[in-house]
Order: sequence, then C-alpha cells, then structure tokens
Amino acid sequence: MADGMINLTIDGAPVSVPAGTLVIEAAKQAGVLVPHYCYHPGLPVAGVCRMCLVEVEKAPKLQIACATTVTEGMVVKTQTAPAKAARQSVLEFLLINHPLDCPICDQAGECELQDFVFQEGQARTRYAEFAKRFNPVEDFGPDVLYVPNRCILCTRCVRYMEDIAKEPVLNVSERGDRAYIGIHPEARLDHPWAGNVVDLCPVGSLLSKDFLHKARAWELDKTASICTGCSQGCSITLDTRDEVVVRVRPRPNLDVNRYFICDHGRMHYKWMNRGDRIEAPLVRRDGELTATDWNEALDRVVGILRGASGKAVALVSPGVSTEALAAAKRLLSGFTWSGAFQVVMGEEAPLPGVPNLALRAERAPNAKGAEQLGYTRDYAAAIAAAKSAAVVLVLDDPDCAVATNGALIYLGTVLGEDAACRRAEVILPIANVAEEEGTFTNRDGREQRYYQAKPAPGMAQPAAWVLGQLVTTLGLAAVS
Amino acid sequence: MGFPHKPHPRETVVLSQFFGDADARTLKGWTKRGGYEALAQALKMDPVAVTDVVKESGLRGRGGAGFPTGLKWSFMPKEKKKAHYLCVNADESEPGTFKDREIMRWTPHALLEGSAIAAHAIRAEVVYIYIRGEFTEPWTIMERALAEANAAGVFGSIKIYLHRGAGAYICGEETALMNSIEGKRGNPRIKPPFPAAAGLFGLPTTINNVETLAAVPHILKRGAAWYKGLTLSNPKSTGTKLFSVCGHVQRPGNYEVTMGFPLKDLLYDMCGGPPAGRTLKACIPGGSSVPILTREETEACLLDYEGVVEKGSMLGSGGVIVFDDSADMVYQIMRLARFYAHESCAQCTQCREGTAWTTKIMERILAGQGKTKDLDLLLDLSENMTGKTICVLSDSCAAPIVSGIKKFRGEFEAYLGGKRQPVMVG
Repeated sequence: MADGMINLTIDGAPVSVPAGTLVIEAAKQAGVLVPHYCYHPGLPVAGVCRMCLVEVEKAPKLQIACATTVTEGMVVKTQTAPAKAARQSVLEFLLINHPLDCPICDQAGECELQDFVFQEGQARTRYAEFAKRFNPVEDFGPDVLYVPNRCILCTRCVRYMEDIAKEPVLNVSERGDRAYIGIHPEARLDHPWAGNVVDLCPVGSLLSKDFLHKARAWELDKTASICTGCSQGCSITLDTRDEVVVRVRPRPNLDVNRYFICDHGRMHYKWMNRGDRIEAPLVRRDGELTATDWNEALDRVVGILRGASGKAVALVSPGVSTEALAAAKRLLSGFTWSGAFQVVMGEEAPLPGVPNLALRAERAPNAKGAEQLGYTRDYAAAIAAAKSAAVVLVLDDPDCAVATNGALIYLGTVLGEDAACRRAEVILPIANVAEEEGTFTNRDGREQRYYQAKPAPGMAQPAAWVLGQLVTTLGLAAVS
Repeated sequence: MGFPHKPHPRETVVLSQFFGDADARTLKGWTKRGGYEALAQALKMDPVAVTDVVKESGLRGRGGAGFPTGLKWSFMPKEKKKAHYLCVNADESEPGTFKDREIMRWTPHALLEGSAIAAHAIRAEVVYIYIRGEFTEPWTIMERALAEANAAGVFGSIKIYLHRGAGAYICGEETALMNSIEGKRGNPRIKPPFPAAAGLFGLPTTINNVETLAAVPHILKRGAAWYKGLTLSNPKSTGTKLFSVCGHVQRPGNYEVTMGFPLKDLLYDMCGGPPAGRTLKACIPGGSSVPILTREETEACLLDYEGVVEKGSMLGSGGVIVFDDSADMVYQIMRLARFYAHESCAQCTQCREGTAWTTKIMERILAGQGKTKDLDLLLDLSENMTGKTICVLSDSCAAPIVSGIKKFRGEFEAYLGGKRQPVMVG
C-alpha cells in the first residue's frame, strides 16, 4: 500500500483511502452510499442531521460517518440493526412535521427525503393526531423560494452562503421545533451564485422560481454539457423535457466548478429553445433565397469555393465547437485566410469560496479554442478585410455587420429580418449547442466535451458535420 | 451553607464560608480573609506543578460531568505555540441548580482567584467568564470585584473578561458557550476536536465550572492531601460539594457537604425533610437532566459521583429537586420535557423534533387524551434520542421520561385509564 494510505473495511469490503478521509467518502469507494442530509462534499461538515449514523467496531456508540475520520484497521458496518434503527428514527423525526406534499412538490423524484424513506424508512407515522408545523412560503431572492414546511434544517444553504458565497444572509432562526431558515431582514438572496442553494437543498424546501411547476423530475432527460455563459467552462447538466431544455444544473467537476454554477449560467438556456430557427438550407436563385435540400446547398458552396481564389475571411462565433472552427479553417485553406471573432463582455462575478471560479467577463465558451486555431480578436479588421475578400464565411454570428464584394456563405442557427447575412449566396442551418456533440476549450485551455440533449429543428445539422461534408467533397487536407 | 441559613453542624464549610458576609465581596475584605494568597503562591510555581497539585487533590468538574480537573488541564498543549484560553462556565441554567450564583454573589474574588490560578496552570493569557444573562445581581457583583482587582493589579499579565449570556440554556454546553463568546449562534460543536486542541476562536482552551475553580485556591493553600482526605465513601470523589436543594423540603437552599454524604441526611437533617404531614416521593439528585430517584433509592443514596450512579442517576450539577407525595410526577416530567423542547438548539434532528414530540405526548396524557401505546412510544422515542446527537440535551430530555415511566408508571396509567382528573396544561 502507498504511504499515507489507510486501510479499513466497510460492510465487509476492504478499502484503502488517503489519511484524513471521512468514513462517508471512504464508503463511496466501497460502493456504499451512507444516507445523509447535512453532509455535502462541497461544504464544511456540520454533523447535524444525524442520518449517517453507522456502527464502528470498538466505538462505544454509533458514529456519524460524515464527521468520523478513517483510522487504520477500522471496521465500519452500515447495515447492522442499531445503525438501521437509528437512521429509521431520524427519518421518522424528519417526517413528523413534513407536509408530505410530494404530488405538488418540484423536488419529488429527485428528493433525498423520498429516496431514503423509500430505502429505509417505515411505512406509517406514529405522530398521528398532532398538527404539523406550518410556516408560509417566503420569497428569498430573484430566483429562490423558501418553503419552510418541507425544510429539514440540514443547513446546507446557510453554510453555502456563509462559507462558499461568503455573503451570510441566511441563518437558522428560532430554536427547537420552531426553527426555520431565516434571511437577514434587509437582505435578499441575490448573490450572483445564490441559485446553488436550490441544488444543495436535499428536499423541496428551496425552489427555483424559474423551474417552478415546470416539469416532474422523472420526465426529464439529462445530458452532460458545458455551460456557454462565459469562458469558465463549468460542467453542467441540461435537463430536457419533450425536447425542450427546461433546466440547467451544475455537474460536479472538481477541476473547474466543483459543485456549483452561477445564476447567469443557470438562466442561460432559453435561447436553446428558440422557435425562429433556420430549418432548411437556402440558396440564392434568381436573386431570391430559396429553400432547398442539403445536396444542392452543399454543391452550391463547393461551386463557389472551387470558382474563387485569393482572400477568404471567416467571421465566427466564439460559441461554436472547436471541431466546427477547425473545419471552417480547413475549408478555406486554399485561400489567403484570416479569421476573427468578437466576444460579448459583462461583469466578472467570482465565487469567493472556490479558487479560480467566477462568472467571467468574457461571455463566450470557446474564445480560447478559437484563438488556439488562429482566429483573432480583431473583428473590425476582419470586417474591413471582408469587403474585398473572394469568399466570406460567417459561422453562427447572426448580428455580423458584414459587407463583401465576394461570395457570402452563412452557417447559423438564426438570422434576423434585417441581418446583413441575408445577402448571403448560401445559408446553411446548423444545430445549437444543445443539439450536437462537440468540444469547447475554456479560458484555462481545458478541452471539454458536451453532448447532444435534443434534436435539431428541421434539416439543421451540426456545423462540424456541414463543414466536414464540404471539406471531404473538396478533398482538402488538414491544416496545421 | 445556604444564605440566609446558618451553617448546619454537619456541613463542611469551605466554599460557602463567607456566604452572607458582604464584606468578603470587597478586595480588602477578601484579602483580609486570606484571599489571593493562593494566587500569589501559584504564580511562583511552575504551571505543571500547579496542575499536579490539582490532579493529586482528586478535584473533579462540578458542572455535571465530573471530569478530573487536573487531567483536563494537562490536555492543553505541552509546547505553547498559540494563545491559550480559559473559559469559565458561569451560565448556570440547569433547572434546580443555584450554587454558582451564590458563589458569585458572595465570593466573587474566590472565582476570580481560582480562574487566575487555572489560567496560570494552563498558560492562558485570557480568561472569559461567561455569566448567565438572567444573573443580574451576580453580574454586577462580579463586575465590581473584577474592576477592584484589576485596579490593584492582582492578576498580573492575565486578562479576565466577563461575558454576559443572552438567556439560552444550551450556552451552558461548553462548545456552545464558546460559539456564543465568538458571537455566533450558541450551537454545540461536533467533537473532536476537543477544546484543548481547538476551542475558543479555534485555539487551545480549557473550560471549567465556577464551583470547580472556586475550590482551587483552597486546594493550593491547604494542600492536595487535605482535599483528598475530604471523602466519606469513594476515594475517587474528593472534596466538598455544594448541593442546591429545592422543592418539597422545609429549608431549601445551598448546603456544602463532604463527598459521600448521605442524601437522606441532607434532605431530612439539614433541609428539615418534607413539609409537615407529607412524605418523600422522589428526588432528582443532580439537576433536571439526570434520572429521577424513588424514595427508597434516595434514602439509600450517597452523594458522590459513584454513589449516585450506583442508584441509577448522576451527581450532575448537585441541583437536588425534591418531590413529596403531593407531587404529580406526570405533570413534573411534562414540565421538564417542555423545558428541553423550548431550549433545544435545533441542530440535531432527534433533539429538535424529539423533545417537542415528547412534550406533546406528555401534554396529551395530562389532558386525559393519552393512548395506551403512548408509554411505549415515549420510551421508544427516548431510546432514539439517547446517545445519538452532538450534545446531551436530547439525552437529558429522555432521562426523566425513561426513569419516570419506569418508576412511576402507575401515575401515568391513572391518566391513561381515566382514573385521574385531566390537568389543564397551559
């Protein structure tokens, strides 16, 4: 065994973990999920829900797995009668004042209270005739509602705001069974990273107003993706219902965003569902843009490229995949090439408790990838160069104010009524980030894959596929 | 000796010698009575030597747990790398206990002197005395005494601060007390780390009870052997202890006796027994958090740490609550449960929900609406509330329930069977 490793047994399975590991984390390695509420790997340990009680050989009483550090030769048993009975009693205590309104609760289906009661709870309450505690719903912030009746006081939200967001506006108010999560009377839960409390809440007590009553958890399909809100490149999950993106949630990634995403990223999905999409390839026929099939459209582009020579300019969005950006460059490799992109800027908003994590000023996911391929930030120069270029390729930049004497080819998801790119010879419909698989390179140069969450509308295809078809047809070699 | 009582001949008056003597409150008066000699003596000694004397004396914590004081002091880091703190737990709020209050009221300098000696022993620069918020008179007296002693420069480089609690019972729990001093919500902390490793402000801290520290000057002055000799039964329990007796006795008050003194003699000889025409029914020997004793157990109980445990309870804080045959045990136990439900800090699930649920069931029983299964339910809830939480508040709520049902089941059943008039529970 390596130095500094501790050997222990969990439910009969031997595991070896670094010194200082908590039993609850060591158990995960043994394939054992110890039921818990207050513990969260991204937050300081509180040890208050008392749900993760397990038996540790030689300990005089049950220990909480979340606050017990592994020791050499430790024997942990999670399934003994006393441990199970203790956890069952915690569940009973948690449920006596719980409204059991799962049928109207957004958390139902992904609720840890439901899950663990189903797993180890008892079928009936002994609380019987007593009235349940009642407190009205509170509006905590721009996107957060607090439903105190469902709260189990795990304090994850309080600890997150205090130790991670470092804006301690939440607290535990009152004592005993009157306790509830309180908010500073003059504060709002409006920190740019406040939305994480909704994900952290193990029950349906903290809810997103944006997602309120939108879908049931079991109707959702989940797809691993990368946030397009800025150049940080947080790992996210796109939740889709009936091929519509309805929610964005953080996907744990210890190297980038740990367990969190910012509210900007969380809300940055509605455009993925836009209905005003380009759904068919369009070619200019007798001066008019006319819908056609892919064969004719691609043939038209091949014809343009074969018939042209000299200068080519690519004006690209820093929000398209690295694959598409590379293919676009390769497609124009027979020309004197120049490429550029422009980035929308905003205010930077760090999450103080996590190093190197912020909503970045640069609000695009793949500027770094574009830069690495040779695209420049000198957008104005590229626009100027486009005027005299033989071919101008615009890649998903619908607001691009381009004017050229050469042939304009536009690949995009949308195009406004008055867009300059309406003057294109060929317009090719492409998929957006939720509709394709691809790669982004974040600001730190980390290449990250995202996956397809829903189908593209109409005849739209991933840009990398479209450009790839053209490259293949033209028989172009890879460019360095 | 409980002011205004005169000392009973069978008392061993050490801590309470000057109760009722207003002159002892002043620095001059205290010095005249031999005060601060022990401190001067201690400051000349090596801290380890002071600790050794206390260790040798057998002094154990008077706050409730009975942990050996010298041993506790010796847990502080041997090599001092960071600031050390001494916390003094003067948040005496255990129902039935009022000994620390009298120590602070009459002999504030005894506490200050003991605190300074302890601070020297653990090499702490700063002492925080956390005084219960409701103790207005002791607070004023302590403030005055501290100002006087500071003006005279009695403590040298040791700084003593008074910190006033805000009325939460749980702040008497040692780590909750530290959180409270730090300005945080008074919630007990998970242990480990223990205070000696990471206590107040995350630094090595020792916390002692008022009565414990008040005994320290006497030990230094008269020697460990003298203190060790103050025992009537088990040599593991030494010294004198103040017992606050309240409830159905003719002369309630504070009584100081040698460890191992018979509880029966305390109640009958010193306190005059139950009121005329009444007989003893039950007794809680160590503050409301310990199991209830029956008359038989009470009359056979010796007042030291081991003796009370032998009878099925604990010495605790020495708050003796006496019930005569007129007491309604069901009602009394409900009142205790209600107290714990009110004071639960709400961190741990079992305590937050369990204390309140227990109270509701007790109220239902008293209201004549109890169910036959309620007693088993109460016992089961108590079992689930014992030994599973961060601190022992939950266990404290369960203790009187379990012992009460076990020992006075008939009274519970009288309510359940409709044989006793329901009680309005306000």
